[in-house]
Amino acid sequence: MFSIERWQEIFEGLSKNKLRSVLTGVSVASGIFILVILLGAGNGIQNGIQNQFEKDAANQITVWPGTTQEEYKGLGIGRNIQFRNADYELINRLLEDYIEYKSAIYSVWSGNIVYKEETGTYRVDGVHPDYQFIENASIASGRFINHPDILNYEKTVVIGQKVANDLFKNNEDPLGKNINISGTIYKVIGVFTDPGGEREESRVFIPISTAQRTYSAGDKIRSMAFTLNKKAKFDDAVADSHEFSQQLENLLKPRHTIAPTDQGALHVNNSLEQAKNIYIITGGVQAFFWFVGICTIIAGVVGVGNIMLIIVKERTKEIGIRKALGASPFSIVSMVLQEAVFITVIAGFSGLIFGLILWELIGPSVEADFFTRPEVDFNVAVITLIILVVAGAFAGFIPAYRAAKIRPIIALRGD
Amino acid sequence: MIDIKDLHKSYQMGKNALHVLKGINFNVKEGEFVSIMGSSGSGKSTLLNIIGILDEADQGTYNLDGVPIKNLNETIASRYRNKFLGFVFQSFNLINYKSALDNVALPLYYQGMGRKERMERSMHYLEKVGLANWAKHLPNELSGGQKQRVAIARALASDPKVLLADEPTGALDTKTSYEVMELLQQINDEGKTVLVVTHESDIAEMTKRIVFLKDGQIEEDNLITQIRASQYV
Repeated sequence: MFSIERWQEIFEGLSKNKLRSVLTGVSVASGIFILVILLGAGNGIQNGIQNQFEKDAANQITVWPGTTQEEYKGLGIGRNIQFRNADYELINRLLEDYIEYKSAIYSVWSGNIVYKEETGTYRVDGVHPDYQFIENASIASGRFINHPDILNYEKTVVIGQKVANDLFKNNEDPLGKNINISGTIYKVIGVFTDPGGEREESRVFIPISTAQRTYSAGDKIRSMAFTLNKKAKFDDAVADSHEFSQQLENLLKPRHTIAPTDQGALHVNNSLEQAKNIYIITGGVQAFFWFVGICTIIAGVVGVGNIMLIIVKERTKEIGIRKALGASPFSIVSMVLQEAVFITVIAGFSGLIFGLILWELIGPSVEADFFTRPEVDFNVAVITLIILVVAGAFAGFIPAYRAAKIRPIIALRGD
Repeated sequence: MIDIKDLHKSYQMGKNALHVLKGINFNVKEGEFVSIMGSSGSGKSTLLNIIGILDEADQGTYNLDGVPIKNLNETIASRYRNKFLGFVFQSFNLINYKSALDNVALPLYYQGMGRKERMERSMHYLEKVGLANWAKHLPNELSGGQKQRVAIARALASDPKVLLADEPTGALDTKTSYEVMELLQQINDEGKTVLVVTHESDIAEMTKRIVFLKDGQIEEDNLITQIRASQYV
């Protein structure tokens, strides 16, 4: 199978038709080249997205109550669940190790805010001091809510840039001014900006204790938000946030007599789960790239098969002679197969090398928000090589079968 | 050596069956030099193909050196061809991108013989046909007679029981034909069984036995006094 003779025969066969061999090779080489480029790009996209999510704090988990959907311990369906301060404090105490920033929220969806002649309707949230970091809000002037505000039930408010622009005309400085929110007077202590844009900046924050007292909510809270301690690896972060979400449910469900399987009574929004969804999408993109790449290779392989058929046809007589001299069908089949595999592997390998070199050269200079470090790793190279050998064998199979079926008597006749 | 009884062969030509061999009984003993003659369509090539295990008979028995040749699969057929038979064709059928030496070595390659031994042995047979100096030449650098001698060397290389020659002089001029026949006589003198298909009577007369085929049957089968080709050369 691997004798020098056999290789000599293959080289003789190929060198007799240099142009044809080269053109056939090019179709396979370009197939592999395209596959490598696509896979490199796929990796680039994945790396880029990973970077983006690592940059943002993003490991944010929000939990808010709903209504029960399952009967449990004699309690009916449709019961409203209400979080209270005690829930928040319990979680902070028990899950302290996970938590980086934390805040309970008491929201008033639409507060009517008046300053002098200007009025507007904005979302008002009673929050804890950490909420600034959970929201990624930056203070433009003044300060955010702090602990004394909470302890003393201060009527202080931090307003978004949009709110400031709406209410304070003629470049009036909002700091220290009193504004009227739904009939209560608050003192503006800070203005914030948010990367989320105008929608986020048309909110105002007041101390949660003040909100609960003002709106006669007692110790009720609407929702809780947390960010988790950062992890070095994205996968660890995902695992961590998943664990934390689970623990939240395990703690809160028994406290509020919710069935463990109830999906509607407790909503946990895990930002990393969303990131993971995007990961799944990039996985899809990569699968698509594989698909396209493989299709291109198939086109190339069909070309090789075609050429091998012609070669077999051309060499019908020679194969007939060989059989008359005692060549077994197996030796004929392996000769044709070996030739097909040889062409595909050599051509494919050059396509692979070419693609790798290209990424090596241009890869480092390609930097975009969602595209970094495009590269093809060793595993992919090995996999493509295996694909090549298999593809070559496929390409050679039908021609080889034809060759084996050639009857020497017919091949030797008619000259 | 060759033992054929009541051999029939027909080819399907569209709707009509063409009955080519109609009951051939034929024996060849070891060391014989037989020519098969007949006009075209007499079935002589078909008979040679069957003897050469390139084709199979529909009916009758064929034993080659005591081995029944019947219902062989391709692999076994190729092994028998390699072991028992050497072929010489009218159109030489050398592989044109291989040197004379490599052509001679081909059957030995399929026997699985090592490269060194193969080359030595092939060289020996090339010497025997007088072409040692042409070993490295490609077939298209050789004359017709030289090509046929390379083909004979190739047929002999695997030391077959029987040498089968299908119109070996058909493509050669008279002088070269006689040279080739001289070589075949020489091989036969050394004890090799040789079977020649020809339609030229002067060639047939250089063998030791002539079998006339007509319409798929043996018409005559005569032992003759061999005419030595060396007389003409």
